Amino acid sequence: MVQALNSALDVMMERDPDVLAFGQDVGYFGGVFRVTDGLQAKHGAKRCFDTPISEAGIVSTAIGMGVYGLRPVAEIQFADYILPAYDQLVSEAARIRYRSGGDFWVPITVRTPYGGGIFGGQTHSQSPEAVFTHVTGLKTVIPSNPYDAKGLLIASIEDDDPVIFMEPKRLYNGPFDGNHGKALSSWGQHPAGEVPDGYYNVPLGKAAVAREGADVTVICYGTMVHVSLAAAEESGVDAEVIDLRSLVPLDIDTIEASVKKTGRCVIVHEASRFSGFGAELSALVQERCFFHLKSPIERVTGWDTPYPHAFEWDYFPGPARVTKALLRTMENN
Amino acid sequence: MAAKDGGLSLHIPAPKARPGETPDFSHIVIPPAGETPRPAIDTAPAEMRDLAYGLIRVLDDEGTAVGPWALKLEPDVLRRALRAMMLTRVFDNRMFAAHRQGKVTFFIKSTGEEAIGVAQSMVLRKGDMNFPSYRTTSFLMEREYPLLDMFNQNLATADDPLQGRQLPILYSAKAYGFYTLSGNVGSRFHHAVGWAMASAYRGDTKIALACIGDGTTAENEFHTALTFATVYRAPVILTVTNNQWAISSFQGIAGGESTTFAARGVGYGLPALRVDGNDFLAVYAATQWAAERARANLGATVIEMVSYRAEGHSTSDDPTRYRPIDEATHWPLGDPIERLKGHLTKLGEWSDERHEQLYAELTDTITEVYRQADAVGALGVSKPPVGEMFENLFATPDWRLLEQRKELGV
Ligand SMILES: Cc1ncc(C[n+]2csc(CCOP(=O)(O)OP(=O)(O)O)c2C)c(N)n1
Ligand SMILES: [Mg+2]
Repeated sequence: MVQALNSALDVMMERDPDVLAFGQDVGYFGGVFRVTDGLQAKHGAKRCFDTPISEAGIVSTAIGMGVYGLRPVAEIQFADYILPAYDQLVSEAARIRYRSGGDFWVPITVRTPYGGGIFGGQTHSQSPEAVFTHVTGLKTVIPSNPYDAKGLLIASIEDDDPVIFMEPKRLYNGPFDGNHGKALSSWGQHPAGEVPDGYYNVPLGKAAVAREGADVTVICYGTMVHVSLAAAEESGVDAEVIDLRSLVPLDIDTIEASVKKTGRCVIVHEASRFSGFGAELSALVQERCFFHLKSPIERVTGWDTPYPHAFEWDYFPGPARVTKALLRTMENN
Repeated sequence: MAAKDGGLSLHIPAPKARPGETPDFSHIVIPPAGETPRPAIDTAPAEMRDLAYGLIRVLDDEGTAVGPWALKLEPDVLRRALRAMMLTRVFDNRMFAAHRQGKVTFFIKSTGEEAIGVAQSMVLRKGDMNFPSYRTTSFLMEREYPLLDMFNQNLATADDPLQGRQLPILYSAKAYGFYTLSGNVGSRFHHAVGWAMASAYRGDTKIALACIGDGTTAENEFHTALTFATVYRAPVILTVTNNQWAISSFQGIAGGESTTFAARGVGYGLPALRVDGNDFLAVYAATQWAAERARANLGATVIEMVSYRAEGHSTSDDPTRYRPIDEATHWPLGDPIERLKGHLTKLGEWSDERHEQLYAELTDTITEVYRQADAVGALGVSKPPVGEMFENLFATPDWRLLEQRKELGV
């Protein structure tokens, strides 16, 4: 996935001189996760550079460049560290078009790795998507595989509004289904690991059906797509797994059609539960599919605690917990 | 993009040497030891501005303490400092080895910066509070924080004093005057100002000290801390350790190309000292001066400790990718342990043999205490009870935590 993201940036920098990439350790070093590796050498230090350690400053710079007419792609080294930039994202980036009557707009992309599974402890593991989806005027995108990662990042860069692009860091170097005892696998063997060299995009607002099924709809994104697929196999439940790909804009049609078909719904995310994005999904499904539901909507999520270092796998909502929810939802006919 | 004729161009700072090039520290101006005047603590900040652009040094090249900043420290005090610095280094090396052996998930060394925490610990009194960075380990060493607790946390064993909730190196030790660390850089720097204001509000005599890295001075909290500290004359010492690097970014990316970090203080109307951070005596004297000012109700002081991050940023880092492999050996201010050793030897209070002997003794201690922690069982072999995940979030947990705990069966 790292190479796919790198390729998206490279392709866009090649096509459009207004695209630039910056953030902490992004320039010469190529990013702590190597996503911008080689871009400074190829496109020059003016287009791919290191920034001071100020997340608010990084996003403010992107906003200023964006209103000038550039298409900056800013990196926040870990999603856990995006909060110092929160005011700039919420009160500024998200509202500039609206409050200026369309006079100014902010075509920026803010990339940031999120999620656990790497023993990063409280401050390198969080999934803060819900603090962005709650904000009107921001788009939030989360890929689950290399093909989508490249296509969605290109679509985000081309988008004329601010996009929070969250990268599931546990998937950077291979798929991960939550079975942490298993040998690591690489994207090489995965069908979505094949990434075309050149330009293509995956439009924002279109979910993917990662697995077709008849009995229960699983709604998920990022790392949890792989966990949910594993749970579908392990449970023997014929689950339809929907990979949202973008949370805002949300592909409500795909969700609605699937839940009306299956009559059951399990929502899975790694973020903690209370006021998580699952709460919104649950409300939407209830509002639109109530009379089709055969059992209560289930949520499988991280616990309502910080992400604790030593209890990584007790916190991470793995396939066993998803399996339990799938079986529970099947108990009602 | 080619600049248009007469058009502007964007400046992107770059360090003088990258891998494969010759290290170059010629931009670091080093005045002779003993040359910098030591003003009275109640001097007006405007009359001391030069201190922010110079470099306070006490130890000369021969290891003699010279000039107005040379305090009379007893040899026992100096030996104690040397021991704490050496203990820190031996400890750090043991932890890196443990990481290679897969016993710990992550670690950060403070190699080359050990003088700073030790001097801070000696200057602060019981009841004062240090708001440290993750490179302030030597502070805990000087205060004799239990080594076993440190190892137990870093190895996340069943006896981890932070119950498995925090990463290695991110200690919390209130009883030792050491504020809780967090992975986000900078976020506690301003807390020191609030804490110091509380001490002043209550009419107490406690002072605070805060640590931040050169790179992190870009974060908001650094600037808000200086603003509030100057507005309320908070009894706090605001320390920047300029170790030249912030992961892969040289200090020019943090604004060090055009001025010093100490000079940030000048803009806020605060007295600011720039100090040779590898000279234990200079670090001690400057910190002592700032502490005296704070205790005399004269307010805050900014101190830049000029040092060098002699190793990689952390176990996750490979510095040979972005700086010359031999850059550390070109660093002009030397190594703090070697320099203090040289001084004590010059005084006739230390020798190579005693040094070797102490090193062996500390190595034995560390080996033995590490063995004890490892016997408890590093992460993967043992860990605190999983129920600890739900503890200490609130003073009293609400129904969500109780239900979720039950669901997990812990
Ligand atoms: C808010 C926040 N942003 C980014 C990071 C990632 N990060 C960790 S350490 C570091 C470099 C800090 O450099 P400096 O302040 O110079 O301290 P040093 O490591 O040199 O002691 C960065 C960018 C972080 N931990 N927290
Ligand atoms: Mg630094």
